Amino acid sequence: MSVEFEASARAWVADNLPATLAGVRMDMYGVVSADQAVREAFDVWRARLAAQGWGAPTWPVEYGGAGLTDAQAKVVSRAITKAGSMNPIPFLSGMGVTMVGPTLLEYGTPQQKSRHLPGMASGEVRWCLGLSEPNAGSDLAALKTSAELDEEGWVLNGQKTWTSGADKSQWCGVLVRTDRNAAKRDGISFLMLEMDQPGIETRPIRLIAGESPFCETFFTHARARKDDLLGALNGGWSVIKRLLQHERQSQTSAPVSNTKAEPLQALAKRYLGVSADGTLADADLRSRLAEHLMDTAAHELTIARIMTDARGGNVEVTATASILKNSATDVAQNHSELLLEIMGSQGLGWEPGAYSEEELRTVREWLGGKAMSIYGGSYEVQKNIISKNILGLPETTQKG
Amino acid sequence: MAVLTEEQTYIKDQASAWVKDKAPVSSFRALRDSKTGQSFMPQTWRAMVDMGWSGILVPQQYGGSDLGYLTCGLILKQLGRQLTAAPLFSSSLVGASALLLAGNPAQQEALLPGVVNGSVILTLALDESSRHQPEQTALRAEQTADGYSLSGNKTFVAEGMSATHYVVAARTAGTPGDVQGISLFVVPAQAEGIVRTALPTIDSRDYARLSFTRVRVDSSAVLGSPGTGLPVLECILDRARIGLAAEMLGTGSQAFDMTLDYLKTREQFGKVIGSFQALGHRAAALYSLQEQSRSCVEAALQAVDNGAHNVPELASLAKCQVGKFLFQMSNELIQIHGGIGMTDEFDAGLYLKRARVLEASFGNRAYHRDRYATLAGF
Repeated sequence: MSVEFEASARAWVADNLPATLAGVRMDMYGVVSADQAVREAFDVWRARLAAQGWGAPTWPVEYGGAGLTDAQAKVVSRAITKAGSMNPIPFLSGMGVTMVGPTLLEYGTPQQKSRHLPGMASGEVRWCLGLSEPNAGSDLAALKTSAELDEEGWVLNGQKTWTSGADKSQWCGVLVRTDRNAAKRDGISFLMLEMDQPGIETRPIRLIAGESPFCETFFTHARARKDDLLGALNGGWSVIKRLLQHERQSQTSAPVSNTKAEPLQALAKRYLGVSADGTLADADLRSRLAEHLMDTAAHELTIARIMTDARGGNVEVTATASILKNSATDVAQNHSELLLEIMGSQGLGWEPGAYSEEELRTVREWLGGKAMSIYGGSYEVQKNIISKNILGLPETTQKG
Repeated sequence: MAVLTEEQTYIKDQASAWVKDKAPVSSFRALRDSKTGQSFMPQTWRAMVDMGWSGILVPQQYGGSDLGYLTCGLILKQLGRQLTAAPLFSSSLVGASALLLAGNPAQQEALLPGVVNGSVILTLALDESSRHQPEQTALRAEQTADGYSLSGNKTFVAEGMSATHYVVAARTAGTPGDVQGISLFVVPAQAEGIVRTALPTIDSRDYARLSFTRVRVDSSAVLGSPGTGLPVLECILDRARIGLAAEMLGTGSQAFDMTLDYLKTREQFGKVIGSFQALGHRAAALYSLQEQSRSCVEAALQAVDNGAHNVPELASLAKCQVGKFLFQMSNELIQIHGGIGMTDEFDAGLYLKRARVLEASFGNRAYHRDRYATLAGF
C-alpha cells in the first residue's frame, strides 16, 4: 500500500466532503436528517463519490467503480471515516453494492453488467432481494414463487417476505421456481425485475422493535425481461449461495467495537459508579463485561487473521465466513444485553419522556438485534454449515 | 495463521513431525507409569536442545538463535498436542525471558549459555498460596553484610524438582499486597537452606514446593534493581502466560481432533454419532472457540516480537480465551467419548488433568478477567 495513495485519498475527501456533513450519519432506514440543507449536501457528496467511482471502489471503472484493490478500498473507507463522515452509496443501493452487484460481476453477462451495475455504484438505483417466503425461511430451497416464460418474458406469481426495503426499491433480485419437477435445489433460478409495475404489491412489516425496513412482497403476474435471468436457468442455487457469502462478508467484515462511540465500560461507570478502588461498583457485571470485551477482541483478531490469510491466498472464504457470522452475532447481541442491563430500568423505555434518546435507541437496537441470529442463515444453520462443510461431519437427519 | 517466514514454517513442520514421532503422548504415559519420579526423559530434552529449541529466544552471542516468541510458541503448541514433558516452557521461555528482561550482562553471560545447552534448568518460583497473586509475595529477603538472606515458601513451581536454578520473587521491603518492594533473585537449587518437595499433581508433571530457610545469596544474585521487581516480573509473566497459552492451544486442538475423529467413526443407533445434530453443533461451537483463541494466541506472540505496547492486554486475553476453549474442550473430550473417555487406558483423562493444571498456572480465567478489566480502566 503506497503512502501516496493514502495521502491522495485523504486529500480528495478533504476537498470534496461538504463541511456540513461532518458527523452526519444515516439511520437504518436510509434517512439522513429532516434538515433540507443537510439532505442536499448529502446528495452532493453522493454524486461526487459516484463520479470518483468510490461507491463501489473495487468494481471495474466501466461499471461505475474505480478498479481499486481491496486494500485501497479500505484506505478510502478509512479516509472517509476519519473525516467524520460515511459513504452513503452502499446504503442507498440497498442490497446492490454489497450483494447483488458482486454476484452480478461473477455471473452476469456483459450486457447485464452494463445495464445494472452503474446504477448501484452511483447509489441512484436501490435494490431489494426476494428470497425468503412464509414457508421457506431457513429451508430456503423450499420456495414456491414461480416464474414461467411466455413470448414477452418471465411471469412471476407468489409471495416473498422479509424483502428489506422493497417499498423503496426500484429493482429486485428474486429467487423463483422454474422447474417444479426437479429436485428442490435444481429447479430454482435467479431473476431481476423492476418493482414499479402493476403485478407487484408491497406491505411493510411491523416488528418487535417497531417500524422496520422489511416488507411482504406479492407477485401477481409480475413481469421480468427474458434477459434478466442471472446465471443459468435452474442454476439459481449456486447464484444464491455465492450471494449469501457476500452477505456474510458484508455483515462480518466491519470491526464491531468501533461502531459504538462510548466504550461499554465508560457507560457502565457512568450509570453504576465505581468503588473506592476505582473498579466498577457491580463486581459481577464487571467480570461479565470483561469477558464480553475479550470475546469482542477475539472476534476482531479472528477477522484480522483471516484477512492476513486471504492476502496469503490460502483461505476458504466460505468456511471462515460461517464462523464469523455466529461470533459477530454473539458479540453484538451480548453487547446489547449488557447495555440494557447497565441502564437498568432506564433501559426499558418505549416512548420518549422519561428516557434519553440514547436509552430509547438502545432498547430498539436490542430488539432489532434479535434478528441477527435469524437472518442470513440462522445461528443453527451456521452451525450446520460448520459441522458439515468445515469439519466434515456426516449429513444430519435434516432434509435438504 | 500469522504469516510465517520460511524458517518459522520449517521449524513448525519439524516440530510437528518430531513430536508425533519421538515424543508422542504414549511416551508421556510411559514416563508416568514408570513411577521413577523423572520429570522428563533426558533423551527427549537432549534432542530438543540439539534441534536448537532451547535457544530460540536467546541472542546468538550466548549460543541461541534469537528467533523470537512466535517461533517458540509454534513449538510449544506442538508439545502441548502430545503432552510432551520437557523444561522447554519453564526454562527456555520463562527462565530465559527473566534473564533477558531483568538480568545484567554478567548474569546473562553466566547462565544463558547453560540454558541454551540444556545444562541449566532455570524456572520461576513465584506462587506462595493456592492462588496466583504476584503482589502478595511474602518470602522475605533480608539484607546482610554481603548480600541477602531468603526465608519463606514457594509452591506450584514448574519443573521445580529438576531445576538447577530458580528465579525467586522475594520481598525486600513492604508487606504482602504492596506493589513496591519486590525483588527477583537467581538462586541455585542446591543452595544451603532450600528444601524441595515434589507436589504429586494430577497431571503427573514436575511441580514442587520449596522452603527457604536463611538461604544466603550475594548481591550479584539480584536480577535488576532491588525493590522494583514487580513491573519487570509482570513483563516476564506476560511472556510466560502467552507461551503457556500456545501450549494450551495445542493441548485443546489435539483434544478437538481426537473428538472429531471419534464423532466420525463411533456408531450408535446404526449411525455415525457425528450425524446427530446435537453433537455436530457442539463440535461447531468448539471449533469456533478454537479458532478464536488461536487468533488471540498468535496476535499475542507477534505482539511480544514486535515490542507492542498492548502485550499485557493480549497476554490476559490469550490466557483467558484459550483457557475457556481448553476448559470446555477437555470436558467435551470426556463426554463425547462416553465410557471409553473415563478409562485410564484412553488418553482423554491425561488431557483433562493437564488442562486443569495449565488453567491454574500463571493466573486462571478469573484472574485474567479481573486484570483485563483493570487494564481497560474499570
